[in-house]
Amino acid sequence: MPTYRPGPVSLILAVLVALFLLLPLLAVIPVSLTPSRMLAMPTGELSLRHYRSLIEDPRWLDAILLSIRIGIVSSVISTVLALCFSLGVWMFQPRFTAALVGFVLLPMVVPPVVSAITLYFLLTSISGMSSFFGYDTWLGVAMAHSVMTVPFATVLILVSLSQLDRRIDLAARGLGASVWERATRIIMPNIKFGIVTAALLSFVLSWEEIGVTLFITSVNAITLPRLMWMGLRDNIDPAIAALSVILIIITVLVLALRSVVVKARGN
Amino acid sequence: MGAALLMAPLLLFLVLAYAWPFLGVVKWSVTLPTPGLGQYSALATDALVQSVFIRTLRIALIVTVVSVAAAYAITMVWVRGSPAQRIVAEFCILVPFWISVLTRAFGWVALLSNRGLINTWLQSIGFISEPLALVRNEFGVIVGMTHFLIPFAVFPLASAMRSLDERVLLAARGLGSSRMRTFWTVFVPMTRSGIIGSAMIVFVFSLGFFVTPAILGGGRSVMIAELIYLRIFQSPDWGLGAAISVVLVLFVGALMALLFRYVRPKQLI
Repeated sequence: MPTYRPGPVSLILAVLVALFLLLPLLAVIPVSLTPSRMLAMPTGELSLRHYRSLIEDPRWLDAILLSIRIGIVSSVISTVLALCFSLGVWMFQPRFTAALVGFVLLPMVVPPVVSAITLYFLLTSISGMSSFFGYDTWLGVAMAHSVMTVPFATVLILVSLSQLDRRIDLAARGLGASVWERATRIIMPNIKFGIVTAALLSFVLSWEEIGVTLFITSVNAITLPRLMWMGLRDNIDPAIAALSVILIIITVLVLALRSVVVKARGN
Repeated sequence: MGAALLMAPLLLFLVLAYAWPFLGVVKWSVTLPTPGLGQYSALATDALVQSVFIRTLRIALIVTVVSVAAAYAITMVWVRGSPAQRIVAEFCILVPFWISVLTRAFGWVALLSNRGLINTWLQSIGFISEPLALVRNEFGVIVGMTHFLIPFAVFPLASAMRSLDERVLLAARGLGSSRMRTFWTVFVPMTRSGIIGSAMIVFVFSLGFFVTPAILGGGRSVMIAELIYLRIFQSPDWGLGAAISVVLVLFVGALMALLFRYVRPKQLI
């Protein structure tokens, strides 16, 4: 417990910052209940029509399903690649570890817009060769999302590996275990939590990815964020408010659940 | 040796899907529309490009100062507050952090637009007759970006505030230094590495920011990233778009190199 506590001035400032952080999230609630066709505050009566349009309009449902499909595929690709790479680095301890890891982390530190134009170049080049795996295809988007999420998955898995006791691996090795046995029977069971977190984070990052997606899709591969973007740029569609409220509620529930789980594990 | 092979798939994937196409973008910048360094010299003279660069730097600087200051206040409570205060602060930091950039930008549109919450309320109490222009300008961009980046600014600060030596603070208070003086002359200097790390992260992020400026700037307050988008998709000038990207990468790379001279990467998480 820190002995140096925040005084009244920092408390007041922190409350103002907290309000600033929560305000736009709260503001979407009244907008989502407006009976009007356009973005406006409800005056008098409330309506759930924008929530209904999320279910009834096939565009929203299609986009949600596509985002889930891309999220799962890209999360599997990036978790598997990140896991193999991290296991290799941990077991082999190459001389240029820092340079190799730095290279893998590039898509995370390079400005997203530069990654976007890079992946646009890649997918338009592939498009010439195959029609289902290039620009504006769901597989292309899934691959691009894997590039963007793999650094995050790698960081998470490397962090959980760094907390692992090397002696259990040395013991397995001394007893004659092969690389495959060491990886699957000794190391992976000990970093389960890190692997699952990496997969979940990759899914979430893909689910909400928009910067790169905007560059590599046009009319066919419309993910949920891409559809929201179209609704935000032109005529603002209050269905976005309804969708935002749902997404905010899910986030709050997941975070609350997580803190309960963390507490239970701690006790 | 078998273990070394495990590293190959990801390295190969990123070479093919990231490094090679990036070189392709570099090639665009020196071959389109005509071979040579014409696009780069155009960058140095084009008035529009320059005004966008300057606007981007100005916005990034303002956003950095405001975000780090705001993050400092809430991190203070998150790390050093009472248990109840900590839970509330953590909630206020993590909920926005996990919500997508589009939802957050949309929240600001709902608050700031002409028919949004703030203008509707100010008009209903008769404070203003015409709606204030709070969005589709630089103000809206700065507000939205600050909101997006505060949680990112929090983490390096939190790590610095957690790891400092309590006894120094107790000594300062014990020797009769006031709360304010202890804060400014002891606490803040001890969290310097966190402040530098946090400012660098926010600054670098703001330079390449795309979504928030595009939505809250409404096409009137274009930043570098949006300019690249426009050059690729609206007035097809791929060479210029590519050249701006290359310059942006070099600039960010130089900033990162500078950052790691002062801060260890581990201090940033």
